[in-house]
Amino acid sequence: MEFFRIKKDIPFMRHALVFNAISALTFVAAVFFLIHNGLHFSIEFTGGSEVQLQYTKAANLEGIRGTLETLGYEQPEVTGFGTAHDVLVRLPVIKTIAGNQTAPVVFEALCKVEQGSVKKVSAVTAKGEQVSKDSCVDAAGAQLIDLSKFDFVGPQIGDELAANGLNALVMVIIGVMIYLAVRFEWKFAVAAIIANLHDVVIILGFFAFFQWEFSLTVLAAVLAVLGYSVNESVVIFDRIRENFRKQRKAGVQEVIDNAITSTISRTIITHGCTQMMVLSMLFLGGPTLHFFAVALTIGICFGIYSSVFVAAAVAMWLGVKREDLIKPVKEKDETDGAVV
Amino acid sequence: MNRYPVWKYIIIVVAILLGALYTAPNYFGESPALQVTSGKSTVKMTSDMVARVTEALKKENIPNEGISYDGTGTYTSVRARFATPDIQFKAKSVLEKDLNTDANDPTYLVALNLQANTPQWMQSLHALPMYLGLDLRGGVHFLMQVDTKAALTKRVQGAQAATRSLLRDKNIRHAGIDRVGDTLEIKFRDDATRQQAKNEMSVSMGDFLFTDSGAGDDLKMVVSLKPTSTKEIIDQAVKQNIATLSKRVNELGVSEPVIQQQGADRIVVQLPGVQDVARAKAVIGRTATLELRMVDDTITPGTELSATVPYNSELLTVGKGVPVIVSKDVVLSGDYISSATATFDQNQQPAVSLELNGDGGRRMRDATRERVGKRMAIVLYEKKDKPEVLSAPRIDSELGSKFQITGMGTPESAAELALLLRSGALSAPMDIVEERTIGPQLGAENISKGLHSTMYGFAAIAVFMMVYYMMFGFFSVLALACNLLLLVALLSMMQATLTLPGIAAIALALGMAIDANVLINERIREELRAGNTPQAAIAVGFDRAWATILDSNVTTLIVGLALLIFGSGPIRGFAIVHCLGILTSMFSAVFMSRGVVNFWYGRQKKLQSIAIGTVWVPGLSK
Repeated sequence: MEFFRIKKDIPFMRHALVFNAISALTFVAAVFFLIHNGLHFSIEFTGGSEVQLQYTKAANLEGIRGTLETLGYEQPEVTGFGTAHDVLVRLPVIKTIAGNQTAPVVFEALCKVEQGSVKKVSAVTAKGEQVSKDSCVDAAGAQLIDLSKFDFVGPQIGDELAANGLNALVMVIIGVMIYLAVRFEWKFAVAAIIANLHDVVIILGFFAFFQWEFSLTVLAAVLAVLGYSVNESVVIFDRIRENFRKQRKAGVQEVIDNAITSTISRTIITHGCTQMMVLSMLFLGGPTLHFFAVALTIGICFGIYSSVFVAAAVAMWLGVKREDLIKPVKEKDETDGAVV
Repeated sequence: MNRYPVWKYIIIVVAILLGALYTAPNYFGESPALQVTSGKSTVKMTSDMVARVTEALKKENIPNEGISYDGTGTYTSVRARFATPDIQFKAKSVLEKDLNTDANDPTYLVALNLQANTPQWMQSLHALPMYLGLDLRGGVHFLMQVDTKAALTKRVQGAQAATRSLLRDKNIRHAGIDRVGDTLEIKFRDDATRQQAKNEMSVSMGDFLFTDSGAGDDLKMVVSLKPTSTKEIIDQAVKQNIATLSKRVNELGVSEPVIQQQGADRIVVQLPGVQDVARAKAVIGRTATLELRMVDDTITPGTELSATVPYNSELLTVGKGVPVIVSKDVVLSGDYISSATATFDQNQQPAVSLELNGDGGRRMRDATRERVGKRMAIVLYEKKDKPEVLSAPRIDSELGSKFQITGMGTPESAAELALLLRSGALSAPMDIVEERTIGPQLGAENISKGLHSTMYGFAAIAVFMMVYYMMFGFFSVLALACNLLLLVALLSMMQATLTLPGIAAIALALGMAIDANVLINERIREELRAGNTPQAAIAVGFDRAWATILDSNVTTLIVGLALLIFGSGPIRGFAIVHCLGILTSMFSAVFMSRGVVNFWYGRQKKLQSIAIGTVWVPGLSK
């Protein structure tokens, strides 16, 4: 099987202006949404609590919201996910309820609404492990609500995480630029970073536009995408350098066109394979991995676009020349070598 | 040209065998177990307990699958594995009865839990399964913030009392000692006295800095902690709290608790399998208190159990049940103790040295002046209503704000007593700043979701690669499988904790690792298209692709390292797997797959064609 039967080099660079205009537009749109809507940060960054509940009967989201409001939470976020029985509640930090008391207070209030009471239930699992927990049961002892997950993050932690996230991003950019500048040339380093930051901003733009939850795992995905698409640009730059060596007569534009054309099948196949893995995570990985996989999917799609159309074009605008990459062979100095 | 020397094949085979060995423990599962831990602060678990547990089980004819002594430092336990939960249950009641004399105040705690089934010979090679993170196993996670300020304040308070008594003893007149934040301000009437005080103080108070300030009639000396000692105090406070927490967590009977320092002043506590958050919090957040009281001397030693306990006294025990009758009057509460350290006395025997603050010294003097030769009990209230006597030393002379407990026997027991004294008197308060609870069901769901997504993703890639690249695709899949094997083996060897983001990172590492093989295969096709012979195409393809693979992996590695350094929590787990995945993928995708290709095609001198799928050459077909 061979997907790509390309007879002649595709003149990518002839349309570089169009491609760059498109990416500039998406970039501006992403920045606009980032500023206008802002990111919907998870409690890891903002501080607060997140409670995941499983109701035996279908859950009444409005009722839950009402109950939480009587506890003193303004605009609690209550959403269903997966089935009608699963409920996700996000609560900000409030003064009247201490952070580490949120779970028992909220759980008891919600349990009362269902006419149940919180009791300590102790059981031994089939494997032989003792588990005892607070459970919401009705008079007959049947379970009404199960607390499947509770997260509380103090506000001071969030600020640190945000700072560390930014530090990581800056360090990645600096590290990658230094490496590319040493291995290739500063123009490539700049081009790669511009192309890939543009991917990052676009992913963030999507998260801002759809108000998807931006959590630590998503941040990890965004940074992984950054590395992944730099990797992509490197493959193309590598080919450009090789072509400069081999095709001594060709102009810069032809060299770049040829480099992109001859790597395009690899680009698509690799990304396709990675994407298969990511799709499998998206569909089978459950809610925890959902936005992680979404961020990767957007990142991979725009990664192809940016490394093929943006990175090389930016390098071209910056004026890469054959001499930048291939050091002219130095004339041997007369005094070179051993002098007696 | 496409031949590998034998040693390279040996490396490959050894790598795969090691990989298989260290991956294997993850597949043995867990069996029901009992965990015996100490229920009292003063009772230490030792390896002798193994024999006692074995004995107890043998007496009742309960078969077991192995009894072992685990743990290090303050967290030690004896674990016994059983074939079925029924036997485990029976064993629990037998052990509880046999090990404890008083069921209401158990000396040893017996808890039900699970233990990995790894065979003994694998365990001795350190081939152990990965820990499952809380998101996969269920349990509670706390991040505790240690209030280091309180620890510093306490130290400075101690210094204030010490300074006062020192200046009094040396007859140096001052005009008042005030505590301002974390510094002391001592007022003097003339400079000569100030210098004299400074000389005296710098001898005995090594971890403080003394600076002069003020002028004219208002001469002052500011005493502040040296930056190094500040750091040390904070460090000590955190370590102290970790030690106390480890002891308390014993009580919860958790099989693999994690208690670690994070950053300068935070402690992570992870209790896998625990769902009773309220109890966990109560146990962890408990405040222990310490009291010094007199031993009741109206009772003849040796008759404590038979004698009637006087009205104002109570019967307590020291260590593993030695009775002692102690007066209910408190001489001094633990609040007055500002430091407790293990040292050596003037005869070079292990001792514990104590320092009191405030008017603790005066109280101590008043209490001991008339009672030389009598015994004083140090009582620790770790659990409410269940006081334990840590030690009941004899008072040899009148005691002041600094004194020693001697006759400790070994340095270890001195360290142990100092630790217990500090746990009752000096632990800095802690706050829970992060809490996570994950139900066991959600954990099980997360595991299966994580594994399924990796499995199906891998299968999809495998099918595609084999269809598209034929034989070479098969080689690539083989390399990818080895990559997975090595990655899991490395993680198990490091005893990393597997979390859901970790599984995602494994999946992503596989998805990205295939890149190297695609690069190689595409390069080989290209060389064939250019008219090279198959053997040459293989050689050139691998060589040329290598430079690209190296470059692109280094950039990915930079990202991984940045995440590792700045990441926390889930990001860190992701980053570790990401970095390791890159390293293993370079080895398997380049070195191993080349080995397989060489093995398959390298020997054939007149190789006509290789199965790498269609190589389309422009102009030859349509």
